[in-house]
Amino acid sequence: MTAVRLSARPVPPSLRWLKTGAGFLATLSLTFLGLLLITFVIGRVVPIDPVLAVVGDRAPQEVYDAVKLEMGLNDPLWLQFIHYVGSVLQGDLGMAVSSQRPVIEELGRVFPATLEMATLGILIGVFIGVPAGVVAAANQGRWVDQVIRVIGLAGYAIPAFWLGLVGLALFYAHLHWVGGPGRLDIFMEGLVKPKTGLLLLDSALAGEWGVFRSAVSHIVLPAFILGFFSLAYIARMTRSFMLDQLSQEYIVTARVKGAPERVVIWRHAFRAIRIQLVTVIGLSFAQLLEGSVMIETVFSWPGIGNYLTNALLNADMNAVLGATLVIGAVFIGINRLSDLLYRILDPRARA
Amino acid sequence: MSLLSVENLRVEFPSHQGPVEVVKGISFDLGRERLGIVGESGSGKSMTGRALMRLIAPPGRVTADRMVFDGQDLQTLPDKAMRRLRGARLSMVMQDPKFSLNPVMTIGHQMSEVLEFHGRQNRKQRRESVLKALRSVRIDDPERVYRQYPHEVSGGMGQRVMIAMMVILEPDLMIADEPTSALDVSVQSQVLDIMDDLIRYKGMGLILISHDLNLVSRYCDRILVMFKGRIVETCEAGQLHQATHPYTQGLLASVPVLNEHRNRLPILDRIQLGSV
Ligand SMILES: Nc1ncnc2c1ncn2[C@@H]1O[C@H](COP(=O)(O)OP(=O)(O)O)[C@@H](O)[C@H]1O
Ligand SMILES: [Mg+2]
Repeated sequence: MTAVRLSARPVPPSLRWLKTGAGFLATLSLTFLGLLLITFVIGRVVPIDPVLAVVGDRAPQEVYDAVKLEMGLNDPLWLQFIHYVGSVLQGDLGMAVSSQRPVIEELGRVFPATLEMATLGILIGVFIGVPAGVVAAANQGRWVDQVIRVIGLAGYAIPAFWLGLVGLALFYAHLHWVGGPGRLDIFMEGLVKPKTGLLLLDSALAGEWGVFRSAVSHIVLPAFILGFFSLAYIARMTRSFMLDQLSQEYIVTARVKGAPERVVIWRHAFRAIRIQLVTVIGLSFAQLLEGSVMIETVFSWPGIGNYLTNALLNADMNAVLGATLVIGAVFIGINRLSDLLYRILDPRARA
Repeated sequence: MSLLSVENLRVEFPSHQGPVEVVKGISFDLGRERLGIVGESGSGKSMTGRALMRLIAPPGRVTADRMVFDGQDLQTLPDKAMRRLRGARLSMVMQDPKFSLNPVMTIGHQMSEVLEFHGRQNRKQRRESVLKALRSVRIDDPERVYRQYPHEVSGGMGQRVMIAMMVILEPDLMIADEPTSALDVSVQSQVLDIMDDLIRYKGMGLILISHDLNLVSRYCDRILVMFKGRIVETCEAGQLHQATHPYTQGLLASVPVLNEHRNRLPILDRIQLGSV
C-alpha cells in the first residue's frame, strides 16, 4: 500500500475536481431550496383557499374542516414546508383543479412543447445573431452595420403578437408555405407516442416522417419569430461587446504583429467576448423557456407560457406553483451552466 | 540611404471646433540608430509612433510629404504589404503589458502568432523559436511562461514578453512607446537594459518614446524634443546640455540631480513657451 501524503503538497487534480463538484452540487441544492421556499410562501400568502379549491364553496363546515386536517393545513408552517419539499422531491406537485389531473403530468406535456420551440429559437438567435453582431462591429458605420442595427432595433420595437399574426396571414393563409396554429395537422395527432415530448425528436425516432414533416411545418414560423427576437437582442449585444474589445490595446498589438483583419476580429476580439456572450445567450434562452405567452397564444401552442396564463386566470394555484417551479429550476440550471462555461472560457476566473 | 525618412508628418482628428492637429508637421531621418523622442504628455509622441505603423484609424487622418521605410512608401503601400512589414520589419512595444497583451490567450500562443502571420516555420519549430526568444529576454523558465496567461505574470515579466514578441523576427526598426512607464521603478532599468542589449546585438534601429529626458539620453544616440506636436530641438544625446530651445532648457532644469541642494525644482514657464 502506498501512503498518500496530502500535507504541503498541491492538491491533486482529481481531488480538486471532487471539491469543485461537491461545491457545485451544494450551491445548486441550496438555490433550489430557496426557490421552493419562495413558491411555498407564495402559495400561503395568495388569497386563494386551497381547501375551498378542493371541496367547492358550498361544502358544509364539517367536510371543510376534515379536508383541511387531511391536507395538513393545521400543521405548523415549518412542518408544512418540509412536507412540501418532500412531495416535490417525489415529483408530486398536487392536482390541477381545473382538469383534476396531476400537475406534474400536465407540465410533462406542456414544457417539452415550449422547450422544442425555444431551442430552435435560440439556435437561430445564436447562429445568425452572433455573426451579425461581429460583422456589424467589424464594419462600424458602414452600410452592413446600419442594416444590422435596424434589424436589432426592429426586434426591440415590433410587438411579438403582431409579427405572429402577420406571419400567419402571409406564410400560412396566403402562401401556404407553413402549417397553421398548433403543433401538428389535426389528423396527425396521436400517431406518435410521446417519449420525450419533443415532437420532432419523437417522430424522427419512430421513423414517422409524415408526422415529422408536419411538425416541422408547424414549428418553423413561431420558432423563426422567436429566433428573430433573440437574434436581434444577441446581435445588438454582440456588436457592443465587440466594439468595446476592438478599442483595446491588445488589438493594436495584434495588428502590430501583422495579424490579418480576420484574425484580429475572430481570434482576438471574439475570443474575449465569448465570456460575456455566454451570459447573454443564457439569459435569452431562459427567457424563451419561460414561454412567450404572445407567440404561444397566437399559434395555439400548448406550451408552458399558455399553461401558466390559463392557470392564473383560473386561480389554479397548484398549476401556477408547479409551472413557476419549473421555470425557476430552468433559470437556476442555465445560470449554473453559464457559470461553468465562464470558468472554462476565462483563464482569469479559473484561479 | 536611411532606414526611415519622414517629412512634414501631420496627424489630425476632427472635433466639435473643427479638425485638431496633434502632430504638426514633423520631419526626421533615421538610420540603424537609437533615436529618442521626448516631450511631455500630450505632445504627440504616441501619435507619431502609431502613424509610422499606419495604425491611426479613421476619423484620425495622417498626411506627410514623405514617409519612406527602407525604400517603401508607407503612405501608398497596399494593406497587405503593410501587414507583411508589421511585426517582421517594423514593430512596436507599447506602454502597459496589462492592456497590450491579450488576456485570454496564453503567452506562448500570442508570441508564436508573429511567426504564424508571417508564414514562418511549423508548429513545433515555432514553439522552439518562442522559447528561445523568451530566453533572450532573460526569462529563466520559458516553458512555464509559455503556458501562462498575462494575468499570471508581473508587469516587468509581461513587458519582457512583449519585447521578446516584438524582436522575435529581428525587425529593422522597433518603436518603444513609454516601455517602462507602467512598471515599478525597481524593474525599469532592468527591462530597458534587456531591450538595449537586444537592439545592439541584432543591430536594429530603435525609436524610444518617453517623457523622461534622463532615460532617453541614457539609451539613445540622438534625441528629438517634441512640444505641442512639433519638434523643437534635435541633438546628440551627449550634447543635451548645449540645448538652445527654452522648452528643452526648462526640462533639463527640472531634472533633479543627486547631491544637490535645491528647495524647489523649477517648473516650466508656460506663458513664455506658449508663444513659441
Ligand atoms: N482618437 C483621438 N481623438 C482626438 N484626439 C486624440 C486622439 N488620440 C489622441 N488624441 C490627442 O492627441 C494628442 C497627442 O496624444 P499622444 O500622441 O498620445 O501624446 P503623448 O505625447 O503623450 O504620447 C493629445 O492631446 C490627445 O488628446
Ligand atoms: Mg503616449
